[in-house]
Amino acid sequence: MDLVHADIGSADSSRRDRSRVTVQVPEDDGKPEDDGNGNQVDDLAVEVRGPTARRSRPTSANRSPAGGGVVDVDRGDFASADRQRREEGTRDQRQRRRPPPPPTAEEEEEFELKYGAKHVIKLFAPVSLCMLVVVATISSVTYYTKREGYLVYTPFHEESPETGSKVRDAVFNSLILLCVIAVMTCVLILLYKNKCYRVIHGWLMMSSFLLLFMFSYLYLKEVLQAYNVPLDYITMVLIMWNFGAVGMMCIHWVGPLILQQAYLIFISSLMALVFIKYLPEWTTWVVLGVISIWDLIAVLTPGGPLRILVETAQERNEQIFPALIYSSTVVYAIVNTVSDDEDTNRANLAGNNTNGGVNNGGGDSNQGGPLSQPGGPSGSSNGLNPIDIADGFTPQWREGLESRVERRNREAVASTRPTQTRPNYGAANHPNSSQNHREDNHQQNPMDDDEERGVKLGLGDFIFYSVLVGKASSYGDWNTTLACFVAILIGLCLTLLLLAIFKKALPALPISIAFGLIFYFATREIITPFTDVLSSEQVFI
Amino acid sequence: MAIMEFFGCSFIAFGPPFAMFRHTVAHDPVRIIILIASSFFWLLSLLLSSMWWALLKPYDVPLAWSVGMSIVLQHILRFLVYRFWKRVEWGLKLVADRDSKTGVVDNKKYIIAYVSGLGFGIMSGAFAFINILAESLGPGTVGIRGAGDSPMFFVTYALTTLCFILLHTSWNVIFHAGMNKRNYGLTFIVIVSHFAASSLTFFNKDKLYWASILPNYFNLLVSGWLAFRCAGGRLYWMKSEHYHRLHQL
Repeated sequence: MDLVHADIGSADSSRRDRSRVTVQVPEDDGKPEDDGNGNQVDDLAVEVRGPTARRSRPTSANRSPAGGGVVDVDRGDFASADRQRREEGTRDQRQRRRPPPPPTAEEEEEFELKYGAKHVIKLFAPVSLCMLVVVATISSVTYYTKREGYLVYTPFHEESPETGSKVRDAVFNSLILLCVIAVMTCVLILLYKNKCYRVIHGWLMMSSFLLLFMFSYLYLKEVLQAYNVPLDYITMVLIMWNFGAVGMMCIHWVGPLILQQAYLIFISSLMALVFIKYLPEWTTWVVLGVISIWDLIAVLTPGGPLRILVETAQERNEQIFPALIYSSTVVYAIVNTVSDDEDTNRANLAGNNTNGGVNNGGGDSNQGGPLSQPGGPSGSSNGLNPIDIADGFTPQWREGLESRVERRNREAVASTRPTQTRPNYGAANHPNSSQNHREDNHQQNPMDDDEERGVKLGLGDFIFYSVLVGKASSYGDWNTTLACFVAILIGLCLTLLLLAIFKKALPALPISIAFGLIFYFATREIITPFTDVLSSEQVFI
Repeated sequence: MAIMEFFGCSFIAFGPPFAMFRHTVAHDPVRIIILIASSFFWLLSLLLSSMWWALLKPYDVPLAWSVGMSIVLQHILRFLVYRFWKRVEWGLKLVADRDSKTGVVDNKKYIIAYVSGLGFGIMSGAFAFINILAESLGPGTVGIRGAGDSPMFFVTYALTTLCFILLHTSWNVIFHAGMNKRNYGLTFIVIVSHFAASSLTFFNKDKLYWASILPNYFNLLVSGWLAFRCAGGRLYWMKSEHYHRLHQL
């Protein structure tokens, strides 16, 4: 409550000159007050004052009842004398007199770091879930560990027993895969730059169609076989049809956030399982390393395709294929549809809400997608910034920062008038503002809400993390799996820390995969023999 | 029967730590991060211990040397974890949720110690027990035929794992308390207690399970009580009129 009141005080005295309505929460003196019309003002009454009303010192006789809440107090019928009599008061009068300092750069820094830990957990959970699905599948369904053929992209099958030739095969395979991925990425960038949204849209829809129907059917079939559960084809068709259709809708169009996230996690794990099944042993590890390096180059170097993608999206104020990226918050194409331009924009962007799936067999264009911090609520102070929500790139994010800081300082401000210029007040408002008319609020972007600012991770990152952990678990040693899991989470933590510091799109693969690989090999070669000896003697350390 | 054994042993070993996690850590993102980071540090200590063991392997030294060195390394890393969290405490305060009532940055000074101890413990318990648990699912079990291994193999393993997880938690609290108050006697107690606990487990290979489990649980009681006191708790808080004071911890 103190925070609320402090903010009100600050809102009052420092924003006096702005054309905004501020709400004063009156102090409680136990006396029920009535408004000018003789109605009892209840305990939750507050008063709305125009910005030009000059505050006089509150006299004790005119305290209104304590407020916590906001009611509709559009009292245009009051005489100005009434208004003058009706004092505002905060609980702490002294605070009203003392204007608070504007938020310093330090406080702004604090505000933005305030969301760091929550975002890390918002990414920990889906990454862990994806890895869990992959590990659970690998350990129970033997189909994905059986060597039954290879992808066309890996012509060297590592069949010779010599280590040298295995390494050579692995390296060649990974280079071929890398070339395929690089070419696909460049094709995607070219299409994006030339605004061939339909082609991209069609491509991504086709690949997600394939993933959601064919690969899911195979997965279901193998799981049923592994657990010896019979299922007739009719039920199977019903299940697959529903699953696939809802998935397509959630991923490409609109659906409940949690369902969209669940589908994205599921298709990432399906893709990871495909990689684990069809890549030869050593190739998997070398591919992981090579892809991390590619990710690093593609996102950070000035000529890198992913960086070009990110910058183009930023220039055009669009999102980068929202469905290729796992987002922890809802991502809308448009904030409000005020003009026709925006409608066409919406159509274009809806075309861009394409799938997060990857193409068949690994020519995926979203490998190691950039990890970006979304920013911005539509940052300008008049709140009608029509376009951008979810790109977290530095200039817009910075713009949004000021308004967000402002908004936080006025957290208790609620809009009670339909002509309120700031429709962006969301749930971040005063808790009792639910009593308010939330006339504009349903249209506003939830991303404006402080709590809703989320973080995004490319689906390629999910896939490769799960490949690492799944491959580690396929050898049967749970210590290795656990070590890789912890290492990847720590890498993700560090990456997010760097993201909070640098505030631009960063590759999420290199650090985590590096840690994961180091710990995989270290655990397998060094730790496991030691723990085996310890457990055979039942000695604990 | 194998499934029963699997679930039974996993709940014995990981039930209380999971409950502790759920009640004290899961709601606060910063604590989850502390937990995982501490697990990572324990993993590093295990890596160093294994390297030491691998170095000594050609010389056929008894396991006790490696175990002793491992304990020393764990405590070195515990100390490093202590310094690390002290150093980044300002950062934790920054990323902590200001409005959360049970955040890391409340007046509870030993929350970080407790959470990182839990991280250490969970990781040590997991590394000790998970492979064994996976084996317990499989066809057959240990000790069916009566000659050789004992049928209590899995249960005693699970009980010892639980003991060690909780011990790590309390040791960390005592350790941090000792370092904070510069009472190095406390840190010495931690190291001695750890040596005692690990040495007692050497009885396990001769199947003298009661000789290893009972004293270890006594050790746990003592360490737990000491940790409770170091964190500021008092015994009379266990009376119902003083329960509310437990929130101070």
